[in-house]
Amino acid sequence: MPEPVGFFTDTSICIGCKACEVACKEWNQLPGNTPKFGDGFDNTGQLDAENYRHVKFVDLVGDTPIVTGNGNAWLMMSDICKHCTNASCLEVCPTNAIVRTEYNTVLIQQDACNGCRDCISACPFGAIGFSESSGTARKCTMCYDRLQANMQPACAKACPTQSIQYGTLSQLHQKADARLAALKKQGYDNAQLYGRDDSIYGGLGAFFLLMNKPEVYGLPNKDNAVLPRRNNRMGYFGGFVTAAIGIVAGLVAFRSRADAPPAKGAEPPASAP
Amino acid sequence: MAEHFVQPPHWEWYIVGYFFCAGLAGGLYVLATLLRITGSPRNDAVVRAAFLAAFPLVVACGILLTIDLGQPLRFWHMMINTTPGDGGLNFKPWSPISLGTWALLVFGIFSFVSFLLALWRRGSSTIFEVIGSVVALFLASYTGVVLSVSNQPVWSDSWAIGGLFVASALSGSAALLVLLAHWRANSSWSEPRLDRADRYFVLLEAALIVVFFVTLAQAGTLAKTFSGVWLVMWILVFLSLIPALLGSAGSRRTLSAVAVLVGVLLMRYVVIFSAQS
Ligand code: SF4
Repeated sequence: MPEPVGFFTDTSICIGCKACEVACKEWNQLPGNTPKFGDGFDNTGQLDAENYRHVKFVDLVGDTPIVTGNGNAWLMMSDICKHCTNASCLEVCPTNAIVRTEYNTVLIQQDACNGCRDCISACPFGAIGFSESSGTARKCTMCYDRLQANMQPACAKACPTQSIQYGTLSQLHQKADARLAALKKQGYDNAQLYGRDDSIYGGLGAFFLLMNKPEVYGLPNKDNAVLPRRNNRMGYFGGFVTAAIGIVAGLVAFRSRADAPPAKGAEPPASAP
Repeated sequence: MAEHFVQPPHWEWYIVGYFFCAGLAGGLYVLATLLRITGSPRNDAVVRAAFLAAFPLVVACGILLTIDLGQPLRFWHMMINTTPGDGGLNFKPWSPISLGTWALLVFGIFSFVSFLLALWRRGSSTIFEVIGSVVALFLASYTGVVLSVSNQPVWSDSWAIGGLFVASALSGSAALLVLLAHWRANSSWSEPRLDRADRYFVLLEAALIVVFFVTLAQAGTLAKTFSGVWLVMWILVFLSLIPALLGSAGSRRTLSAVAVLVGVLLMRYVVIFSAQS
């Protein structure tokens, strides 16, 4: 078994060039969606079946002049499937099309997926999209085919600033710890690692160095990083109690009252079959 | 306060239709069994109608679920593992969609047998119907639990949807039986009893809707299911319950049953679409 691998994405050095998005589309032969031009620099929109990488732009620059953003004014982050250790998508997938690979990544087998889309409702990061062309759910594969050929994923190879780094998780954890320590020393108090430890879905195969709180980047914080199955017990309990009350109510309503006089206009009792 | 960053699965009309039919099919089977258990042969015509209606609804469920898939011809992947080297059956008890697939299949068998026996005017054993009813109640309930077991706003913020769907399955199927009884001969004994049952079930449904709202308020996502047109729809759902709650007779009874059925469909529509809007 190869050692677990992953991505360390250091958002403090992302410049928003989207080379990762382009490389990903090139390698995975994704035609992409029609670009959306709005207020900001984001014309990709979101992660979906055509975008396995999405560079998020978080514009916190105020209307009034600011002195320093403490690294927070203009945030960029190349988002991706997190390849969660406790993956919500894998948990709910009824066809077992979603599997954990020998590299510890999470993969949707395209020939097994039947497009039920339960994984989309489960992924807390919005990393999966439904492809109308293939009729299946699709997301980042961490370039599974490249990994098998001992190549690094296309996005990490293309990233000009090394904001996206690929490697074994143990190496990446060390790099991330060192980088965080350096940033803290420089006074970036909000800098933090996201998914480095097991507090977010047991640890993320694609983890991040963030310059602000996770929510600011559209990522669930520790309290909101919860698995779908948390609702199983109470959900069924609610169904069970309601069913029990319903049965009693039905029995009370249907009870025979054979000795009561028939209602006006009612027909005489039918004979038993 | 729950914060969500998920994307909607785009479960739309086919799923609304599936949940509606599954609720009615399950509810009809349970009510037929309860009517049988309470013992009066005067209920036979309605019991027969319920069993005759339940199975076609299950068939509709299978069709709706299959055509909702992106790859309908792979519907059997729900049950058989096609991962190379794995094989065997797919059975994940912690995944409601997996459990529900099996429940639909098993209930399909029960409802088919009861359908055939009703067709031949034969009664099946009570124990068979009771077991079938347990599966039927599970089918009605899991459709709600499958929504809760997700990370979607509204759905995952409430544990009450499973119960709500059971209550509305019972109220909807009682309303449907009121209509069927109205159009069938030999049903006048059953009609007021069904009407009374429907009133109890509608009360239960209203209570569950309130519980649903309370859980959403606690999670901080009530505004999502109340925003814009959804609030109007919720008001319509409540209004649809009122005639049944007040009780009625004759043609007003049929109108009230139609209102309940429309409300059952509308409630599922609002729950499903408002969370994804
Ligand atoms: S980020 Fe979403 S798609 Fe990726 S492994 Fe986690 S739950 Fe699955």
